[in-house]
Amino acid sequence: MIETLIHRGKAAGIYTLRTPKLLLGLILLSSLLLLSLVGPYVVDVDTARPISVATNQPPSAKFPLGTDSGGRDVLAVIIVGTPQTLMMGVIAGLVGVTLGASLGLVAGYFGGRIDMVISTCTDVMLTIPPLAILLVVAASVRTMSVLNMAIIIALLSWMFPARTIRAQVLSLREQPYVHMARLAGLSDIRIIFEEIMPNILPLAAASFVGATSGAILAGIGLEVLGMGPQRTPTLGMTIYWAQLYSALIRGLWWWWLPPIIVLIVLFVGLFLVSAAMDEFVNPRLRRTG
Amino acid sequence: MFIIVVILAATLNFIIPRLAPGDPIGAVLEELRARGASSGGDAEDEIVAAYRARFGLDQPIHLQYLRFLFNTLRFDLGYSISYYPQKVEAALLRSLPWTVGLLAFSTLISFAAGSFFGAMMAWPRAPGFMRRFVPMFMVLSAVPYYLLGLILVYIFAFVMRILPLGGAYSSGTVPRLDLEFLLDVMRHGALPALSIVLTSVGFWALGMRGVMVTVLGEDYLTLAEAKGLPDRRIFFAYAMRNALLPQVTSLAIALGTVASGSVLVEVVFNYPGIGWLLYNALRSSDYYMVQGVTFFLILTVAVSVLIVDLIYPLLDPRIER
Repeated sequence: MIETLIHRGKAAGIYTLRTPKLLLGLILLSSLLLLSLVGPYVVDVDTARPISVATNQPPSAKFPLGTDSGGRDVLAVIIVGTPQTLMMGVIAGLVGVTLGASLGLVAGYFGGRIDMVISTCTDVMLTIPPLAILLVVAASVRTMSVLNMAIIIALLSWMFPARTIRAQVLSLREQPYVHMARLAGLSDIRIIFEEIMPNILPLAAASFVGATSGAILAGIGLEVLGMGPQRTPTLGMTIYWAQLYSALIRGLWWWWLPPIIVLIVLFVGLFLVSAAMDEFVNPRLRRTG
Repeated sequence: MFIIVVILAATLNFIIPRLAPGDPIGAVLEELRARGASSGGDAEDEIVAAYRARFGLDQPIHLQYLRFLFNTLRFDLGYSISYYPQKVEAALLRSLPWTVGLLAFSTLISFAAGSFFGAMMAWPRAPGFMRRFVPMFMVLSAVPYYLLGLILVYIFAFVMRILPLGGAYSSGTVPRLDLEFLLDVMRHGALPALSIVLTSVGFWALGMRGVMVTVLGEDYLTLAEAKGLPDRRIFFAYAMRNALLPQVTSLAIALGTVASGSVLVEVVFNYPGIGWLLYNALRSSDYYMVQGVTFFLILTVAVSVLIVDLIYPLLDPRIER
């Protein structure tokens, strides 16, 4: 299993150098990571709290991104909010993909009735518009934190990974080496972990990036509607407050534009990485573009 | 499958709002108290009991569930609690045209434009500048539409002041069917529609390009070229027609999710559609309204999936048997 992984790693590394997409995406994402890691040492993050600085100041030397109507330093809010958003996405993505991959693996490997139940559930869940359910759940939960928002979103983002991985396992199950392993008397558990798992990891990694991006999209949507975490300043919540205080028509562009730009950088970065990974997993896509 | 989805949707709808800690009657009373219209005490308890009886909240939970399921399947969605005595269906019907008009229209435009661009991007004999759109589409398709919407509002409505900030028509005008009102509606719809089209055209273009690449490798295309058919005919009748099939499936699903995708765009633009209705119902914990809207949203998706299954053989005669 280890050798396969090293081999895969090498192939991925070589591929990275050939496509600019992955590199560019990683640069965008690491710049955000850098911002949230180094930021707290440069800017006083306590000014992300309301009523800590003068209100409605345009960008200046003291406040590089100005301040909002609630008396927060916008730069400090961005620095505190960005890692929250990243964390939420990664947790939701990890939980969602782990859940989806396990279900897909079980359904694809064992087949039969288990497969039927899991696949039906997946298909039914896929038809339900996630935002509608999310909104209802979010409105029902009184105190929302970044962590429980991540969990709620994860519970609605396992379906796509489950479906892709099930399809992959269905074809892997019939590979000669799996038949060999079964004839050699290996238990189902060992076949799953030693023969099948290494071959679905790249696919799982690719769906992880997609799921993370989807989770962040959903989370930001909730926050923009004012239904995200209330205690921690998040990027979406900043946009919500800016909307509520009509920052748009008051010309306070420094309030709502920075979170939007950070989010756009984040989504484009994630998109590039996931596109590159899709190409790696599915070489057919590499032909054009 | 269709039936399972509908019943499951109804059940979820019943359960989730009831898991919430607050209760709707309490919310209404709190509002009354805030306005100084109620002073609390015994009289208030009587009001609560009367309201609970009226909305059937005093019955055991399984009876509530059965009655709910039965009524939902007849599309009797009950009364709105915050806007009593208005019925939920009435509110839905009032908001529906706005959502369908705005979102279905922009989805269709971006589908048509995106599929055409995507096909051109994969076509080897397309003008060279077409391929340069690829990165632009990729970037745009990654941006959430409401964020782009905010930027567009700022540019066109605040800085340039050529388009309205939000709403579906100018305040003070009464909806009617004449040219003036229609133009007003179009002016108000322009920005939300533009933000949806710009961000979703990339999705269709990239999807189309992917399928088109596969179709272009097929033998029948080589044959068509060998026969000396004109380029235009090969492009439209051979390549695009086949590559469009999977796109149509996505279109039906996209049209089905139009209503639920509308929530954010309608809130950002103050557009009085289904999403706006749902958002406000959630804010005032109006059980029946929330249930009605979510059930309707799930139903539209289920129906459009069903329609795809039914019309697919018409589009692709090969599937018939």
